Amino acid sequence: MSTKKEEYSKYYVPDQSIWPIVGALALGLIAFGAGHFTIEASKQEAGYGHYILGAGLLVLLIMLVGWFGDQIRESRQGLYNAQLGRSYKQGMSWFIFSEVMFFLAFFGALFYARMIAVPWLGGASNNVSTGEILWPAFEAIWPLTTTPDGTTTQAMGWFGLPLMNTAILVVSSVTLHFAHVALEENKRKALTNWLILTIVLGLIFLGFQGYEYVHAYRDLGLTMQSGIYGNTFFLLTGFHGLHVTLGAILLIIMLGRVLAGHFTKDDQFGFQAAAWYWHFVDVVWLLLFVFVYII
Amino acid sequence: MSTTVSDTHSAHDAHDDHHDHKPTGIKRWLFTTNHKDIGSMYLWFSFLMFLVGGSMALMIRAELFQPGMQIIDPHFFNQMTTMHGVIMVFGAVMPAFVGLANWMIPMMIGAPDMALPRMNNWSFWILPFAFLIMLSSFFMPGGAPAFGWTFYAPLSTTYSTDSTALFVFSMHIMGMSSIMGAINVIVTIMNMRAPGMNYMKMPLFVWTWFITAFLLIAVMPVLAGVVTMVLTDKYFGTSFFDAAGGGDPVLFQHLFWFFGHPEVYIMILPSFGIVSAIIPAFARKPLFGYASMVYATASIAGLSFLVWAHHMFTTGMPTFASLFFMYMTMLIAVPTGVKVFNWVSTMWRGAMTFETPMLFSLAFVILFTIGGFSGIMLAITPVDYQYHDTYFVVAHFHYVLVTGAVFSIMAAAYYWLPKWSGVMYDDFLSKLHFWCSLISVNILFFPMHFVGLAGMPRRIPDYAIQFADINQIVSIGGFLFGFSQLIFLAVALKCAFKKGKPAPAKPWEGAEGLEWTVPSPAPYHTFDVPPKV
Repeated sequence: MSTKKEEYSKYYVPDQSIWPIVGALALGLIAFGAGHFTIEASKQEAGYGHYILGAGLLVLLIMLVGWFGDQIRESRQGLYNAQLGRSYKQGMSWFIFSEVMFFLAFFGALFYARMIAVPWLGGASNNVSTGEILWPAFEAIWPLTTTPDGTTTQAMGWFGLPLMNTAILVVSSVTLHFAHVALEENKRKALTNWLILTIVLGLIFLGFQGYEYVHAYRDLGLTMQSGIYGNTFFLLTGFHGLHVTLGAILLIIMLGRVLAGHFTKDDQFGFQAAAWYWHFVDVVWLLLFVFVYII
Repeated sequence: MSTTVSDTHSAHDAHDDHHDHKPTGIKRWLFTTNHKDIGSMYLWFSFLMFLVGGSMALMIRAELFQPGMQIIDPHFFNQMTTMHGVIMVFGAVMPAFVGLANWMIPMMIGAPDMALPRMNNWSFWILPFAFLIMLSSFFMPGGAPAFGWTFYAPLSTTYSTDSTALFVFSMHIMGMSSIMGAINVIVTIMNMRAPGMNYMKMPLFVWTWFITAFLLIAVMPVLAGVVTMVLTDKYFGTSFFDAAGGGDPVLFQHLFWFFGHPEVYIMILPSFGIVSAIIPAFARKPLFGYASMVYATASIAGLSFLVWAHHMFTTGMPTFASLFFMYMTMLIAVPTGVKVFNWVSTMWRGAMTFETPMLFSLAFVILFTIGGFSGIMLAITPVDYQYHDTYFVVAHFHYVLVTGAVFSIMAAAYYWLPKWSGVMYDDFLSKLHFWCSLISVNILFFPMHFVGLAGMPRRIPDYAIQFADINQIVSIGGFLFGFSQLIFLAVALKCAFKKGKPAPAKPWEGAEGLEWTVPSPAPYHTFDVPPKV
């Protein structure tokens, strides 16, 4: 069989690694710490939850540095073959699919509230007595600015800051695409510049988003406590913001690697994965802009 | 490829790998990237959780031995039903299937390992942490979660204790573990098949896991979303599931069952694959209708996204919605019937023998079908108004999950134990295990149909006097079934310590598949060079 070995390039199966169990420990500490921190914060008690949470995040950071470091070293040593590259790409695609389903849960909650829960509370379908007996003053409108129990808020408009943020994120997807084209054509300088521009746009988006939250809380009275409209607004935009943050971190790591001279036309999985993630986050925003802000 | 790599894989045909060295000691298990090690850890972990969840069930059955309150108080009873469900679903059945997938899929498709070996180890080691956190909530003020494994709002929001926060976060990391495990399986199957192993040549266990992995990736994130909403409703003042803020507790049930119904297929599709491997082996005939099995599995998975509200007929829905979900649910009986027909046809005029894996598989076919029939009864909307939340439902899902999923896992364990350990299992003990389990499981679950139809509600620690006799019989069956599983522990330990006759590479005459072409026990690394199929 040894005569055939040239035809076949071996799939790289890594040796033992310390990082997975460090990662498991990190997630365990984060879950335990976050759980206790939530409980303590809700009772406004002093406790140890946030220390455990902090320790978990620290361990997670160490794990990510160590694990990514190993991956990058192995990749640079040429241990990876085309088949392994396919594994990574498919793995990343399925991961993004799982993220789509995560957002679907929150979009589902939004659609259900708008199409079913709120109209029913207002007496639609066969729920006339619900409206009459429980909350006769309740009006079923969307955005739901007055909840059945009387909490009021103002709706967030789509013009102005949200529209600008949409433009910023769409442009950042385009600039990232240009960065990718530059990588394919081996124009390193252009690659670096387009990538930096993308990251800057992402950070501006996050800044505006933070400003919008301040505006919502301070001026509009739109908070996590202001009924189903505020709930869907904050959880959808909040989880989206977390994903932009993660995407920006990934792009910053990729920028570091680009500056270190990594990635070529044929060896660019890390860059590609981060780019896919960024485009995915952009698409989620477009849906969000339509269904949360405009309609 | 670099030369350092290519010269480590010469002369692999005989599978007597010259570099078949295993790391030793505890580090082997903590840092491993080997699919066989990880598979073994999953399987042992799942068995441990099976015993933990099982002892909770025995606590329930002890309390229900007679009417009135004897042993545990109602709040603790609720903790027991909740944690029994959570542990059996997420700690016992799912990890067992992932363990089997880890061990068998790379060997069945001729791959050197799982596609992403390090992530594989991460997926496993998250689980012990998740369950430590979950179980630690027993020691909190107010105790562990007591809202049922389905954690319906507002039980889990307005009326729950503080253990909810730990429940939510441990569900989150458990979900990450499942998603990573599923991504690993699906990528392994798509990308690691040996040359010639095209999709329609894959063993059915691989096919069923392929589809299961898709279901996992699709619905575990929805579970993550819904537990997040429970967390924010309870602690951060949102009102997703509170009508006073414009939300709706029924929304919880829709989201939960959108996850929950595919989840029940996640827990049964790999069983179909296992049984489809074992029955042909001991009937000494190829599987009847391979392609129809594949299409039936895919149809079941597709339909599983369109039936979730059959868990909610009594919750309140427009009539057309009830009818839609009723008809879609009944439609699932068609592909499932195709499967049962194919298994029976495989055995028809086969040269059958009755080794322990086959006994468990036969019991699976018959008893799972009983569970399927009671499922059809429950699918009929008007009739469900009578059955809903009674012991009839408990009987139904224990027939599909215990005599279905768990029996198939036992069958798989006996079928592949010689391959894993290199020794044959103790035949007498294994048969004893089978017959004790078979008889006791029916004493345990069959009478539940009758008390359920007579109106005994589930999740209640006390009951009306007329249910006393049947509950005593059920409890006796429960304890017999529980202790019968210790026989399996003895069998597994004997194999683990290599006490038994050495097993040949292919201990089952009629077995087919690549896993039987490697020696027993399977070398630490198999198929470094892919076999030609």
